[in-house]
Amino acid sequence: MSDATQVATPAAGAPKAEATGASTVAPGAQAAPAAVKIVARDVNVFYGEKHALKHVDLDINENEVTALIGPSGCGKSTFLRCLNRMNDVIDICRVTGSITLDGSDVYDPSLDVVQLRARVGMVFQKPNPFPKSIYDNVAYGPRIHGIARSKSELDAIVHHSLERAGLIKEVHDRLDQPGTGLSGGQQQRLCIARAIAVNPEVILMDEPCSALDPIATAKIEELIDELRENFTIVIVTHSMQQAARVSQRTAFFHLGDLVEVGDTEQIFTNPRDSRTQGYITGRFG
Amino acid sequence: MADQHIVKQFDEELDEMRATIAQMGGMVEQQMTNAIMAISRRDEVMAKRCQEADSEIDAMEDKIEALTTRMLALRQPVALDLRAILAALKIAHNLERMGDYAKNVAKRASALAQLPEVGPVNGIVRMGRLTHGIIKDVLDAYAEPNVDKAVAAWTRDQEIDQMYNSLFRELLTYMMEDPRNITACAHLLFVAKNIERIGDHATNIAETVYFQEKGTRLEGLRPKSDRTSYAVVEPPEADEAI
Repeated sequence: MSDATQVATPAAGAPKAEATGASTVAPGAQAAPAAVKIVARDVNVFYGEKHALKHVDLDINENEVTALIGPSGCGKSTFLRCLNRMNDVIDICRVTGSITLDGSDVYDPSLDVVQLRARVGMVFQKPNPFPKSIYDNVAYGPRIHGIARSKSELDAIVHHSLERAGLIKEVHDRLDQPGTGLSGGQQQRLCIARAIAVNPEVILMDEPCSALDPIATAKIEELIDELRENFTIVIVTHSMQQAARVSQRTAFFHLGDLVEVGDTEQIFTNPRDSRTQGYITGRFG
Repeated sequence: MADQHIVKQFDEELDEMRATIAQMGGMVEQQMTNAIMAISRRDEVMAKRCQEADSEIDAMEDKIEALTTRMLALRQPVALDLRAILAALKIAHNLERMGDYAKNVAKRASALAQLPEVGPVNGIVRMGRLTHGIIKDVLDAYAEPNVDKAVAAWTRDQEIDQMYNSLFRELLTYMMEDPRNITACAHLLFVAKNIERIGDHATNIAETVYFQEKGTRLEGLRPKSDRTSYAVVEPPEADEAI
């Protein structure tokens, strides 16, 4: 997305208009635009009769942190879960529109969903380490995907992942201890280590700090900023300050609509849409 | 203000901040009027009182700083709230400077009262009235808030500059005519310059009101007409074009 201030068409707009909107995005030839990793076009999600996400067009830039903000039930988590087809596991959930990762369709029926989720990892709200050792938590992904060819290679992956997640210093002498014995913040970093062990391209984070104290939160935020060098990150957060701190771009959802997306600085200093303004300044009734 | 904040106290704090700015603006207007009146009436008592009152304006700036710092720390304002707080901080600073210039004018009034009267005092009074009108407009533009009014006041600063130019020349003529006028006219030159600076700060406030409301800077170069730097001599060609 080359235009820094793409404003989403409201749901009332015909889907046709969205399609033409998409074509105007492609020839963007402005100075040094970030490469687009994920392209979502006219994405709709239905939970049974409920239209949870309406005609969403959004580009996720490579090696950037994109924050999705909005009040509860606005569709931001729903959108996040579309990106690695986590919604597939919900029977009544139906997704239309197109989402492409590096140009290939995420919803292609022939696509191996397990492989997709290796490329698009996820970290959840509550730290959810497996009831296994710290080592096995991180080694789990590489093992099932057959990434490591030898024990020493697996050791290296585990060590490197824990290092990148900023956890190695705290756990290097107790890798055989259960992961559930760590503190909340450590558990969450363990989950991030587990997610990056399979070398994904994109990491989705669904309110990764909402169960953590401010110090643990700061560590995760620092980590997110470091991980951005190698990964594309999409984060759902209820903390506006967190979105402002960690993201380069921010998308504001409301009642299933993508209301506004733009550079984080612009969203937080001079939002275009009055709904965005109302939400981020705490005026939502 | 569109809607209320969910946290009512934040609204109350913002209201207090705006009210303090309005109050401070009123004080600056009054100081300005009194300082000019002290000159025209040759009133040393009024001049003295005017000099002393400046500390009250300084105290108001301190109050605005405390209020805005508190809100920045406790409310983490964004978007229009952030702009409103930054604007208040800047406007308070400008008003404080305007108060200082008014105080300087009052100081000169004390000196002028002891010197023989000279003609161009009337010009100073007219210039003061014009500047006062602009200050009033930018303060109204802030209080309403009204961007159009702010832009209109911003453009009118040119009139102050033009009046300053002609006053400058007039004072030079008086000084050339009779060297005994020089002391009083030199004081009046500084007075005119101080009023001109007050006008510049008023335009800064107009720009800040624009930024607060629109989130962008007021585009374009402000029409500038202070040409006293080249009075009597020829300006360099590059400067002529500005």
